[in-house]
Amino acid sequence: MDFLHGYGHSLLEGSLLTLAVALGSLAIALVLGLAGALAKLSKVRALQWLATAYTTLVRAVPDLVVMLLVFYGGQVAANSLAERMGWDSLDINPYVAGVLTIGFIFGAYLTEVLRGAFLAVPPGQREAAVAYGMTPWQVLRRIVGPQMLRHALPGLSNNWLVMIKSTAIVSLIGLSDLMARAKGAAGSTREPFLFYVAAGVIYLLFTSVSELGFAWLQKRLSIGTRRVSL
Amino acid sequence: MDFDAIRESLPLYFHGVLVTLELLAAALALGMLGALPLAMLRSLPSPWANKPVWLFTYVMRGTPMLLQLFILYYGLAQFEWVRASILWPWLSSAWFCAIAAFALNTCAYTTEILYGAIKALPHGEIEAAKALGMSRWVTLRRIVLPSAFRRSLPAYGNEVVLMMHGTSLASVVTLADLTNAANEVHSIYYLPFEAFITAAVFYVLITMVLVAMFRQAEKRWLQPLLPR
Repeated sequence: MDFLHGYGHSLLEGSLLTLAVALGSLAIALVLGLAGALAKLSKVRALQWLATAYTTLVRAVPDLVVMLLVFYGGQVAANSLAERMGWDSLDINPYVAGVLTIGFIFGAYLTEVLRGAFLAVPPGQREAAVAYGMTPWQVLRRIVGPQMLRHALPGLSNNWLVMIKSTAIVSLIGLSDLMARAKGAAGSTREPFLFYVAAGVIYLLFTSVSELGFAWLQKRLSIGTRRVSL
Repeated sequence: MDFDAIRESLPLYFHGVLVTLELLAAALALGMLGALPLAMLRSLPSPWANKPVWLFTYVMRGTPMLLQLFILYYGLAQFEWVRASILWPWLSSAWFCAIAAFALNTCAYTTEILYGAIKALPHGEIEAAKALGMSRWVTLRRIVLPSAFRRSLPAYGNEVVLMMHGTSLASVVTLADLTNAANEVHSIYYLPFEAFITAAVFYVLITMVLVAMFRQAEKRWLQPLLPR
């Protein structure tokens, strides 16, 4: 790895942190997405309206602006809270700010994906389950959920790929992820092209492996269904 | 919440909106200019034609746009021969590098969108064109491309909105766009909520206008073709 002038290890550490940010954001986005989808599909008007406002507004603002708002605004809010409570100071961890931001943003996208997936399951399945006397939770967990997953997978995989790339902006609020490590290495060796291209190769590795994984998962979940062919 | 400071800085925000829209327009125009021939190449059967285009779109869509911007703006400056070349005045300017990075990125995505739309054309239409004696070029011009453009309107609308969001990265290379305006207001007055929420409001407004435009375009050019 000498062509990386000894910075290979640093880049690998950064890529692990990038992965950690992406996975953390995915977890939050899935929770928010599920809640949002159920809210949009519910019969309660207020919940529908709230979920629509969430998806419309969050998808209309760039990631960078939301992240800066959460980070700097959160810092100000944390400071004023600490002041009022008489604590020393409350620092916003850039990892937390990044994960919350990206999770919050992609929760809006996943709301739409999961909503579409729920709607794609034939309503007869739900009716039959209710006729058998299953509770709503049992219907979700046993009948609708597993079938919904197959329809949700393409949208989930697309959003996951975008999410991995969006984590790059977390380097701008000081998190030492892959982009930041590449920047640091570029600065000390005066070879930015080398290190940014190396970072690019690592991102491509992430996206390629993710695509392979999703293709395998799609195949596995589609057992028993017939593919449309012309 | 102190919005007086914001009211005073509105000219800064308006200028930022202008810069954002300029970046968007330039990137979209150049991107579409490149995407058309690339999409056609991609749909040719010969692997010599479609594999290089596939590689280009794979790399551009698989890496963050921020990284692409950095490679162009900071990365190329590393090479002596770049600094000595005639392109240097352009390659060292943030404007050019930002527009180039955005244009390359949107070109890749638009190529895939157009390629998907070209692929989705019912084959019978091409056969009919051949039966009528249309040459390859005429078929392309009169049958394939108009249909492909209409079919790609929804996806292209999404791409335009996402690219508009992407222009916020121009603030990282210190171009005076909308996000940069918010950054400046934040650093001058130290009011992060007001500064960034105002920028967010502007972005929401621009997004709504773009979405409305594309909905109109779809209503005029796409929906009449869809099965009723």
